[in-house]
This record gives sequence, structure tokens and C-alpha cells, in this order.
Amino acid sequence: MLSANLSAIFYLISGVLFILALRGLSSPETSRQGNFFGILGMAIAVTVTFLSIGNFSTGFVVVLIFFLIGGLIGAFIAYKIPMTAMPELVAGFHSLVGLSAVFVAIAAFLNPEAFNLGSPGNIKLGSLIEMSIGAAVGAITFSGSIIAFLKLQGIMSGSPITFKGQHPLNALILISIIVITYLLCSTQSSNLFWILLCISFLIGFLLIIPIGGADMPVVISMLNSYSGWAAAGIGFTLENTALIITGALVGSSGAILSYIMCKGMNRSFFNVILGGFGATDQSASEQNKEQRPVKSGNADDAAFLMKNASSVIIVPGYGMAVAQAQHALREMVDTLKKNDIKVSYAIHPVAGRMPGHMNVLLAEANVPYDEVFELEEINNDFANADVAFVIGANDVTNPVAKTDPQSPIYGMPVLDVEKCKSVLFVKRSLSPGYAGIDNDLFYKENTLMLFADAKKMTEDITKNL
Amino acid sequence: MEIDPFIFRLSIFILSIFIGYYVVWSVTPSLHTPLMSVTNAISSVIIVGAIIAGLAGNSDTIFNTSSIFGFLAISLAAVNIFGGFLVTQRMLAMYKKKKKDK
Repeated sequence: MLSANLSAIFYLISGVLFILALRGLSSPETSRQGNFFGILGMAIAVTVTFLSIGNFSTGFVVVLIFFLIGGLIGAFIAYKIPMTAMPELVAGFHSLVGLSAVFVAIAAFLNPEAFNLGSPGNIKLGSLIEMSIGAAVGAITFSGSIIAFLKLQGIMSGSPITFKGQHPLNALILISIIVITYLLCSTQSSNLFWILLCISFLIGFLLIIPIGGADMPVVISMLNSYSGWAAAGIGFTLENTALIITGALVGSSGAILSYIMCKGMNRSFFNVILGGFGATDQSASEQNKEQRPVKSGNADDAAFLMKNASSVIIVPGYGMAVAQAQHALREMVDTLKKNDIKVSYAIHPVAGRMPGHMNVLLAEANVPYDEVFELEEINNDFANADVAFVIGANDVTNPVAKTDPQSPIYGMPVLDVEKCKSVLFVKRSLSPGYAGIDNDLFYKENTLMLFADAKKMTEDITKNL
Repeated sequence: MEIDPFIFRLSIFILSIFIGYYVVWSVTPSLHTPLMSVTNAISSVIIVGAIIAGLAGNSDTIFNTSSIFGFLAISLAAVNIFGGFLVTQRMLAMYKKKKKDK
């Protein structure tokens, strides 16, 4: 059996290893080593916990069995999951962290002696507060992530679900969470504990349903952050440094990602959370839409344009993920490169359904990461490029964001696609993007619309090159 | 007067938030998806609490309400630990540099 001090040191070590795991992600070269540090930290934390309890009887076997069941399921999912489903996977995983935080809190509430927190009905006040916070945040993370998962998976409609009195209702529930936590701490009543859990599940559900599909990058990052705070809350209850450090790391990581995503859309965090993007003045732009002429072309025209170009910039978006076009795209780019055409990729921060979504898909298709650029790095290059190939992106290329202060996306950083000599826009129809507004780019003199499925069109172009 | 140990934990917590802040800002944007999956995996260190709960019962009653919640939490966290780290590994293995000889 390990002494309390020694195990605390080991928990500290695993906390430090987790910091190194995140540090490794500063560049792809060091990232694999970082992931190894993370695994090591986890192995240390788990082993030390077993050793410090020192109970290797039947209970230990049962624990191992449950651990292995979970581990096998996790490993199976990790190997089977297609890269395009990564946002759903991450949302699903968040829900599990949330739920396990809730379960640990319940276990601690029912059997506080095991955690040195006092006795049932007489739990130390500080621990009870920490436990309630951990449980409530965990429950919100769980139900919120489930909704995010359903929306991303397409089981639930991605469009915002709003109803009258939504915001007052949410505010009321949030206040009642605080009140119930206060009452719970003063009465130690287990009924209140269950009520607290139920309304926390409810608020997580209500908070996410009004948020639409393309705002999912913010939601996933936010839930990531919540799962961290939940872990930290439980960490305080268990007086465990590894858990406190990790919770703080994950919490701030998710918060920063949400901030980056909001900035990528030029919207405040509250604006996203309160839901309903573009729902306001959709009808205004609706009228003068149909009259404007559009140039449309086929794979042959596109191939001709690209063959005569000396540099091509590719702008991928969520549509590429939906059509699973990343491999076809890579083949097209290979052909272009054989013809000595310079190709690079431009990624908007909110392209796709989660932070870095496009980068992962391109990496999966064997696109070298030093050909892929972020918005700030590449935006000046559009003026010198011959062809911009927009595949599955829409709002992030809309020049209206720079010109029309009335537009809901005004001020959002966009890729300066229109500055290219010619623009090829692969899209299934002229329908507006998520923001519900028309894209001026469609009607520009130098734009050629390619109406087709992204994957099929890319394959056809490759054939014609 | 003695300082409450809670204050020490709070200090660790606050300082870790700052570490997290600076470390995460230095993560390259192209690795934001692996960042999410790895933070997911490490936040499953909550399994520590689940194990304590699971092993709390004595040898006669391995399964009481509290330990059952512990066992369930162990499974959930284990899904995350293995799933999170392995999927991160899988993703990171795909990030390759341009081949020089091309």
C-alpha cells in the first residue's frame, strides 16, 4: 500500500505528463511523443490508485473486468471510426466524461466514507459543494453532448429548435440550480441531490437544442471545456491533484477553442449560445436572388481552367466532409502537381463541424500538412493565384462579410477567394449556406459554378486533366 | 493559523488554468481536432474516483449501490481513455510532411 504522500507525488507527476501531452501538440513532429506522455500519465494515475487502495481481492477483479469491457469498446470504436465522423465521436466521448463525473459524484454522495468525506447525511460542507458543482456540470456536459451528437449524426435535425420563453426558462432553471445547491448543502437531503441532477440534465438539453449545425464547432469546444470543469470539481472532492490539474487544463483548452471559433465567425460567445443565427432577416435577401445571372460549367471547363493555371488554392468546407471527397481531391491535386501547378489549401477556422476538422480529413487523404494553410497565412496569396477551387465551403468565402454592414455575417473574417483570377465553386445548388444569406461570389464575372456532388465532380475533373 | 489544504488545491487549480491557457495557445490550429480528442482522453483520469468508489465495498458486499455507480463510471471512463488516446494516435499518424524526393 502506497502512502498518501507518495501517491500524491505520483498524481502530480501524471498531471505534469498531461501538460506535456498538450505541449507536444504545438507541432505535428512532437505530437506523437506528446500523446505517449498522455498515455504514460494515465497509466501512472490508474496504477497508483490501485496501489494506494491496496485492495486486490474480488473487488479488484470486478474493477478490472469493467475496465477491460470499457477499454475494448473504446479501442474498437477508435479503430473503426471514419475520420469524417470525428465531430460525432468527440461529442460522444464528452458525454461519457460528463456521465462518469455524475456517477462518481453519486457514488461519493452515497458512500462518503470511502472518500474520507464524512458520513451519509453528514458530508463535509466544502466537499458537498464541490461534489454538487462536479455533478451538475457533469450532467450538463452529458445531456448537452448527447444533443450535439444527435445533431451531428443527423439523427436530430441540425436546424435550431427555438420556442417562446426559451431564454426566461433557461434562466429560471439556472437560478434554481444555484438555489437547490444551496439548500442541498444546508440540509444534506438526498432528494435534493437527485433533483439537482435531473434539472442539470434538463438544462444541458435545453441549452444545446437552439444551436444550429454550423455553430457546432463552438458547442463542441464549449462542452469540451465543461467536461474539464466537471473533472476539476470532482478532483476537489477527491482531493486529487492529477484530476484538478487535468480539469483545469481541459477546461481552459475548451474555453480557448470556443473563443477561437467565435472569433472565426465574428460573433460573441453569448450570441452563439443564445442561438438562431441568420434567423432574423432571411427574407430580405430572398427577393432579388433569382434574377442574377450565373455562369455554370462542367468538369471539362474546370479542367481546362486549372490546366492553364500556374497556381491553384483549394478551399475545403463541410461539404467536402459530407461528400467524403478528400481522397478524390487529393488525386486531383496529384495530377495538377504532375503538370507543375502549385497547389495549396486554405482552411477557414470554422470550416467543418469542429476545430481542425478539415486538417484531419486532408491529413487522412495524405495531404502533407505543410501544404495546408490557415486563413491569416494564405489570405494575401489569393490575389496572386490563378484558380481558387471552392469545395463544400460557402459562407466563409462570402465577400459580403467585408462590404455590407447590413449582412448578418458582416465583420466575419473570410477568405479573399474573389481576388483570384478565376473561381471554381463546386456546389450542388445555388441554395444559401448556413447563415441563410446569398453568396455574392456566385454571380461574379470570374466565377464558374460547378453544380454537382463534390466527390463526383472532383473525379470527373481529374479524368479531364 | 494553519492554512486550509483547500487553499493549496485551489492554488494548483488556478495555476493550472494559466498553464493550460499558454500551452493551448501554442497548439497549432491544424492539430485542434487531436487536441480535443486528447483532452477528452486525459479528462477521463476521473477514473481514479471511479476506482475508489468501485473498491469501497468490503469483501462480503462488492456490489452496493455506490460501488455499482463506481463500476459503471470505470467502464465509461475506460471507453474514453482507450478510445481517446488511440484515436488521437491514429489521427496524429496521418500528419505527414511533404516528401522531399518528389
